[in-house]
Amino acid sequence: MSDVIEVTGLVKNFGRVRALDGLDLTVRVGEVHGFLGPNGAGKSTTIRALLGLLHTDGGTARLLGGDPWRDSTALHRRLAYVPGDVTLWPNLSGGEVIDLLGRLRGGLDTKRRADLLDRFELDPRKKGRAYSKGNRQKVALVAALASDAELLIFDEPTSGLDPLMEEVFQSCVQEERHRGRTVLLSSHILSEVEALCDRVTIIRKGRTVETGTLSDLRHLTRTAITAELAAPPAGLADLPGVHNLEAEGARVRCEVDTERLDGLLTVLVQAGVRSLTSRPPTLEELFLRHYEEAR
Amino acid sequence: MTALTGTGALVRPWFRRDRIMVPIWVYAIVAAVVGTSVSFKGLYGTPEALREFTTGIRDNSGALAMYGEIYSQSIGGLTAWRFGAIGSALIAMMSVFVVIRHTRAEEETGRLELIGATAIGRQAPLAAAMIISAVASVVIAVFTAAGLVAAGMPAAGSLALALGQVGAGLVFTAVAACAAQLTDSARTARGIAMSVLGLAYLVRGAGDAGGASWLTWLSPVGWVTQIRPYAQNRWWVFALFLGLAAALAVVAFRLSERRDLGAGLFAARLGPAVGTLGGPVGLAWRQHRGALIGWTAGVVVYGAIIGGVAGGVGELVGDSSGTRDLLAKLSGSDADLTEAFLATVFGVGGIIASGFAVQAALRLRGEETGQRLEPILATGTGRILWALSQLLFAVLGTAAVLGGLGLASGLVYGLTEGDLTGQVPALLGAALGQLPAALVLGGVTVALFGFAPRASAAAWGVLAVCLFVSEFGELLKLPQPVRDVSPFTHSPKLPGGDVSATALITLTLAALALAAAGLAGFRRRDISG
Repeated sequence: MSDVIEVTGLVKNFGRVRALDGLDLTVRVGEVHGFLGPNGAGKSTTIRALLGLLHTDGGTARLLGGDPWRDSTALHRRLAYVPGDVTLWPNLSGGEVIDLLGRLRGGLDTKRRADLLDRFELDPRKKGRAYSKGNRQKVALVAALASDAELLIFDEPTSGLDPLMEEVFQSCVQEERHRGRTVLLSSHILSEVEALCDRVTIIRKGRTVETGTLSDLRHLTRTAITAELAAPPAGLADLPGVHNLEAEGARVRCEVDTERLDGLLTVLVQAGVRSLTSRPPTLEELFLRHYEEAR
Repeated sequence: MTALTGTGALVRPWFRRDRIMVPIWVYAIVAAVVGTSVSFKGLYGTPEALREFTTGIRDNSGALAMYGEIYSQSIGGLTAWRFGAIGSALIAMMSVFVVIRHTRAEEETGRLELIGATAIGRQAPLAAAMIISAVASVVIAVFTAAGLVAAGMPAAGSLALALGQVGAGLVFTAVAACAAQLTDSARTARGIAMSVLGLAYLVRGAGDAGGASWLTWLSPVGWVTQIRPYAQNRWWVFALFLGLAAALAVVAFRLSERRDLGAGLFAARLGPAVGTLGGPVGLAWRQHRGALIGWTAGVVVYGAIIGGVAGGVGELVGDSSGTRDLLAKLSGSDADLTEAFLATVFGVGGIIASGFAVQAALRLRGEETGQRLEPILATGTGRILWALSQLLFAVLGTAAVLGGLGLASGLVYGLTEGDLTGQVPALLGAALGQLPAALVLGGVTVALFGFAPRASAAAWGVLAVCLFVSEFGELLKLPQPVRDVSPFTHSPKLPGGDVSATALITLTLAALALAAAGLAGFRRRDISG
């Protein structure tokens, strides 16, 4: 089977505002794919286009081998979706909503439903209007996780959960991955992305800026170097790929594009290395760099 | 008064939120009252015509139940009779909508929490909502009084009529403020306040029709007629409104002090842990159930009362040709008086049913903007299946409203006349004759939802225009093509009138075509959320 989600050059305009501007997204079978970007980058718009809720103005989108708009009903039987803002029917209990969504999706594993209610510590008898934000999210999560869907689409699913519940969510997603289901996870919680995702796509202003595994992305960014040398180095400032250079005599601190590491080390070695620390970028730095460029 | 700190700061933006809804109410009520007085002037210009008409009405328990007693044989007196009770009920409805919209509805959505956390007093939101509603009533009264005086009515009577309207507005502002404290659902709060209004109207109607004036005095709607504008102008009655409104307002503030934000006085009940809703149809039934049962119960009570008084109409009016003329004009047929009276009532029933059809069809848009549609469509449910499930109950509910009206009036009238087997099917059929026209308005709502979703609520405006055209088309001598725009113009005037199968089929086809077009539009457009 081909990729679960194949989006190329997707364009969507809302009036004069261009929400998606040639977005690409590929999600492979069986992977947990992180979908990241600053607020307003177009994550939810992409997901809503994939669900066939929006017309697109250009590009192509394939979902589970079908057309998200034309085949929406058939495709939706094979996926489960948790929106970022869960709104429930005020007069239906949580249990009723879970079972309704399950039936509309074509089935629900009752044993799993009970197990999930237990793990998420959710009282299914409360009415929709009585739930807090986190509990509304739990209702939608239980409904999605108890289904037999091949693909799970989560749009910031844990923004209202407490850290304990966040952990429950993570272990649930791990289990889904082991069963061979595919997950598209839009999230701002970097530890969650780091713990769960095989690959990530970072978008901004409706365009894809990076995509790949986390270690791929680390390679694309800078490494921080601190070195004490035998003598002041020569020509460091002119070296391509070196940034934020601070040199005090024989002490050097700088950041270097990871693919230029070789060139920098050659210069340092020529000057004679007394001590050297090299630190790969943290995930936060990685995302901050991409997010800040959005401004 | 720290509890009220910031009330002023809330009043301004909330007025802004109401800048479309409230002016529509103001315009509709003022235009109806002033327009009626002008048309009565044309119809009953001579004292003889006036006398004949008023004596006829005084003997007609059906008209008394609907509109109240006539206290003055003048154009002003007739206007006060025709729009005193009904106009005050409309203002009361507006007050209920405005107050609930700014209190319990805000609380239910959680927006009030955002405001409650700022430097405003605990009671400021409730006070601000009541101020807005009270100001709206006063504005209506000022325009009504000014309009009536401009139309040549005596100033004192016009002021008395307007004061009755303000009084009703103030009392039901306070009633709604109390209702908003009772439950945690805006829908239920609105239902409670509207039931109080319905009860007050029925009690007054029973008092006026049955000659039991102590019943009339029990109801604030009765006080409106008891001010007797253009007759005695009993100003002191206004003090009753002020007293009751103030007492209820105190109760509302006390109640609101004692409860938590977001909670009602009645604790929320737990629901089932396991759901049995089978699919989109089951979901739609759960959503429409409350409104459907409530509206049907309301028209059954109304129908029973009408059935009870209908028998008296013919005997009491006797030979008053003026009343015959008026009822014939109102009902559009010159059949016998009881039939003409029932035809008028079923015409009103058709309008009530249209209101049900519009609000039920507007659920489509409500679900979409409430972001509850998205999770449903993200399952295996298609758009059309979902929409048809919702519309199923819009159609069934509209039929239930008319069927309940026809059945109840048929049963009671049949029992009093000893002709159950004849009257039940006749009146049931007569009421259901209004169904196609009501469905056309439902169809208009679906069409708007499909092609101009943001303007869906304009369906209420279309209903108001159709209502205006059919109510006043004859009196204002509007050209026939204009009158033909309203589906109500084509509804059969039953019992007594002719049934045109062509008209009924055309209306039904129009409703279907509008709905089908709307659904086709909905299928092709973006879901907004």
